[in-house]
Amino acid sequence: MNSEAVLAGAAPAKSGVGPWGDHLFRFLLAAAALMVLLLLGGAGLAIFWGGLPAFVHFGPGFLASLAWDPVRHDFGALVPIYGTFMTSAIAMVTAVPVSFGIALFLTEVAPAWLRAPIGAAIELLAGIPSIIYGMWGLFVFAPFMADHVEPWLTALFGPLPLFGVLFDGPPLGIGMLTAGLILGIMVVPFISSVMRDVFRLVPQALRESALGLGATRWELVWLVVLPHTRSAVMGGIFLGLGRALGETMAVTFVLGNAHDFSPSLLMPSTSIAAAIANEFTEADSDMYRASLIALGFLLFAITFVVLALAKLLLARLGGSGEGRR
Amino acid sequence: MSVISARMLRRQAVNALALGFASLATLTGLIALVWILGTIVVYGAAALGPHLFTRATPPPGVEGGLLNALLGSLMMTALAVLLGAPIGILAGTHLAESGGRRRGVEIVRFVNDILLSAPSIVIGLFVYEIVVRPSGHFSGVAGAIAMAMVLLPVVVRTTDETLRLVPVSLREAALALGAPTWRMVLFVLYPAARAGMLTGLLLGIARISGETAPLLFTALNNQYLSFDISRPMANMPVVIFQFALSPYPAWQAIAWAGALLMTLFVLLLSLGTRAMLRAGKA
Repeated sequence: MNSEAVLAGAAPAKSGVGPWGDHLFRFLLAAAALMVLLLLGGAGLAIFWGGLPAFVHFGPGFLASLAWDPVRHDFGALVPIYGTFMTSAIAMVTAVPVSFGIALFLTEVAPAWLRAPIGAAIELLAGIPSIIYGMWGLFVFAPFMADHVEPWLTALFGPLPLFGVLFDGPPLGIGMLTAGLILGIMVVPFISSVMRDVFRLVPQALRESALGLGATRWELVWLVVLPHTRSAVMGGIFLGLGRALGETMAVTFVLGNAHDFSPSLLMPSTSIAAAIANEFTEADSDMYRASLIALGFLLFAITFVVLALAKLLLARLGGSGEGRR
Repeated sequence: MSVISARMLRRQAVNALALGFASLATLTGLIALVWILGTIVVYGAAALGPHLFTRATPPPGVEGGLLNALLGSLMMTALAVLLGAPIGILAGTHLAESGGRRRGVEIVRFVNDILLSAPSIVIGLFVYEIVVRPSGHFSGVAGAIAMAMVLLPVVVRTTDETLRLVPVSLREAALALGAPTWRMVLFVLYPAARAGMLTGLLLGIARISGETAPLLFTALNNQYLSFDISRPMANMPVVIFQFALSPYPAWQAIAWAGALLMTLFVLLLSLGTRAMLRAGKA
């Protein structure tokens, strides 16, 4: 990386153009970089400004209100926030073990010739546009859930006390469970490729010592590889969480856009992103639009924190990993 | 003796279970991939036909195609590249060439990585606030600006990464010959890093071609063929979205055909680009 230092100290050389050429060039570069900063800051500010009327009008109660009544101009953020967090939670509960399994398969189980093609196939999942997930979810996966999975879940878990409420309700197919599972599929490639990449960074000497002491492959991964890469693995998980929280189109298709609160995972609900996507162009009053933009600001703030955490966790391993290699 | 072997057996059973789970997880991922792509191909192929490329999106009950959406997407993508790529390349160059781990550079890198994963619907809201609301109506320009904002961080990141891979000796040679920095960057660094930078741009284009959320309330949609970028403009993602959720089977068929075209374009572009990059490295 010391390549960068060369230029920092390089004085503009004598040439026909003279130093102003370089000054202009440096100015352009810095202005473009500043633009990147301004875009993120500007996005936060502009969306906050747009949502301000709702924040002012409803006060902090906006966050805790279940209301969503366009006719009486009464809006609250609790149902969409709950939907966003619940679908993302379902996504993470399914995606994290599956991603870990895939990373394990790609680093320990698969023969060498199989690793590249399977890794590429899993990464292909990340390339599919999210609207495609939405269409598949609505027309194929939701009916599948309604016919084959949800009746079975209700029969199995429905009678249980407390827990049963989550699986109570008609098997509609659309709802938080279906949306969460589709989100899970969407974030698997992001999490598994981070895990696979950092598992590969573990020094060969460490792996060989563990295996030489008689550890099984699983013990190698669980007791040596995973502790060694812990912070980056957490970073990968947060990266996936950031994606899941902000994902819009897939969720919009299968969530049903219902603003009535229901504890059941089988009932239609809404999320922040889905509410904005569904209703923004139809918002017929200023307060309605401001409330949706206020929701957008909340989403922006939440994902910013989650993604920043992910970046910090990943950077920690990036630094130490390079030093140890 | 038997104690040891019993423990050994248990350890091996756990190992077999874990590795079996890993294989199962991978299989699940592959099944999901095949299931989704298979659905798109089966439904999409049934609705394919030349009419898609010759007719504009129809009102309900009339035959039609996707011509206006295809052209709209093409125009907005081109405009987004014109807006986003130069700024992205300049900013990426700044990150790679400003020397060491300066604080400002690190902050821009950090912010850029967040922009890279930021929810695209938030970008749509932002462009609505700064372009659509002041101008009073939805427009193709607003859509292109939103797409450029999705493209920008991808270009910044890849430019930064590829430029840092160019050997220091190349820079020193150019500077030692008396070239000013801007000539060194334009005529030595960029040609040396061309393949990687192009890859980044193409991957960025693949990404914006499938993005729907930023266009919903910027470009919106237009039922007619239009080349006026100051008016609402038809585009593939929003047409697919509206038609797929419509109650008309003919519209849904067009949505499936559009979904197939879009998926093919996006996946072939990103796969082709990666293959090209690998060939370049070898």
